[in-house]
Amino acid sequence: MTDLGGIGVEHFLVVGAILFVLGVLGIFINRKNVIVILMSVELILLAVNINLVAFSAFMNDLTGQIFAMLVLTVAAAEAAIGLAILVIYFRNRGTIAVDDVNRMKG
Amino acid sequence: MDYASSFALIAPELLLTASGLVLLLVAAFGGDKMARPIAILAAATLFGAGIMLLPGLHSGVMGLDTYAFGTLMRADAFALFAKAMIYLAAIGCLMIAPPYFAQAANGNERGMRAEYPILVLFAVLGMSIMVSASDFMTLYLGLELNSLAAYVLASVMRNDAKSSEAGLKYFVLGALASGILLYGMSLLYGFTGSTEFGAVRAGLSGEMGTGALFGLVFVLAGLAFKIAAVPFHMWTPDVYEGAPTPVTAFFATAPKVAAVALIARVALEVFGEQAAAWQQIVMFLALASIVVGALGAIGQDNLKRLLAYSSINNVGFILLGLAVANAAGASAMMIYLFIYVAMSLGSFVALLMLRGEDGTLYETFDDIKGLSSTQPVIAWALLLLMFSLAGIPPLLGFYGKFVIFQATVEAGLVAFGAIAIAASVIGAFYYIKFVKVMFFDEPVDRVTGKSTAAHWALLLITAVIISPLGYLLTPSLTDLADKAADALFLVS
Repeated sequence: MTDLGGIGVEHFLVVGAILFVLGVLGIFINRKNVIVILMSVELILLAVNINLVAFSAFMNDLTGQIFAMLVLTVAAAEAAIGLAILVIYFRNRGTIAVDDVNRMKG
Repeated sequence: MDYASSFALIAPELLLTASGLVLLLVAAFGGDKMARPIAILAAATLFGAGIMLLPGLHSGVMGLDTYAFGTLMRADAFALFAKAMIYLAAIGCLMIAPPYFAQAANGNERGMRAEYPILVLFAVLGMSIMVSASDFMTLYLGLELNSLAAYVLASVMRNDAKSSEAGLKYFVLGALASGILLYGMSLLYGFTGSTEFGAVRAGLSGEMGTGALFGLVFVLAGLAFKIAAVPFHMWTPDVYEGAPTPVTAFFATAPKVAAVALIARVALEVFGEQAAAWQQIVMFLALASIVVGALGAIGQDNLKRLLAYSSINNVGFILLGLAVANAAGASAMMIYLFIYVAMSLGSFVALLMLRGEDGTLYETFDDIKGLSSTQPVIAWALLLLMFSLAGIPPLLGFYGKFVIFQATVEAGLVAFGAIAIAASVIGAFYYIKFVKVMFFDEPVDRVTGKSTAAHWALLLITAVIISPLGYLLTPSLTDLADKAADALFLVS
């Protein structure tokens, strides 16, 4: 680990935590459209990657970086499937507003 | 550990992978007219993979010999028992699908798509990997393989608005759950220095720091999403209602087994040294699920939604067995899980048989009024299934609840057991409502359609399993569940 001028693992963790919270809030507070939710999901996964890589670097242990590569791969697959489902949803309903996702309730 | 023995340990997964890939090619070249042969081959593959489990299941393998690829995977008695249940449930769901899709075919929808059985196969492969995971990386990959296939399965009726909405909701909440789980895993990795279960367990012994505690809570919350425990259950009724019924039957059985086995493995093994830290959390999840599952179902008119709440309620009982945090509780949990799979598979098959002359599928209480006079066999089978779900003796559902309560009381958690019993009495209300509507209301004569042999066969099999005859199974079931629980509690 090269010297980062006083930046420690905790700084990375704080960035990760902020990104994670933004992602979760993006899913719950967002009332506009579903694309924003997909972006929030990506944000959560990136927060996780920051954590993993930071821990990996500061512990001199490669496992975390391998895990991060796997997470990136899965995130790509997840985004592809999410967009595909969104496309068929849009074809059926003609809208992707979050408030309109309400065919079923109760 | 050399590669040959590692490959031998994951032989069922290898078979599923190879068969999934080959069938995918068959589907790509053969198109949807190959759907039925592919479904049969997929079921045969699952059966073959199930046969491979038998020797290990019988001898109750555990310990160092069960690790494959270093410490990445483990095929011990616990994983094998869960896999056997998953394969059986998946075979059942493959059996009931072709008639459903054939009858659902009309102007908008074609018959069964060739992808359907392949997606089921890949979802099962994912579950198979996640129950035999022994490292957070394996766990995550298995979980995602299962989830990604499941999102597509939920929205498999491409031209149906409800199905695509179910897929969308499932996707968003499933992705959020994976994110939470993954965040917890990253914290555990950071604070224990490893992603391997044994090392994480060792790293968590003694006084637990705040970071590791956060990791534990996040991991449990993510897994609670996957098993649909209250307060992470809100997606369940919508997804169960919107997804095509064979897919709902699949969601209620196989992935539930896998996720419960996973949460048990993680809680009892990885967090085994810190039982005091998670016992209260799991106890809360269990009691909240039992109560919300019982109360939420009362106002429901849609039978699929009602069964969704019923599954939330049942997950609560299963978690009660986990909250006890000893081998007796884990064994009771596995027994309950088996009985639950039989009951819920049977109930969904019965729902699939509620058809009109033109093939319309009925799914509300109004449609099954007086069912006993028009379709007595379905009505009686549903009666058995509902009484069993309510836990009324002498049906097998009673035995499941009995072993769970026994484990709870023996561990000195009498008060919690009492709350659960009280809530299950409330739950009996809507199960008995089924019987009242079917047997005592004016017949409406809507369910007049004929059902196929596959549906009848599965309905009768599950009805026999949950009938008093099912008690003949209990000695071998208890034996298998005990071996599984022992494997789980073997400190590595």
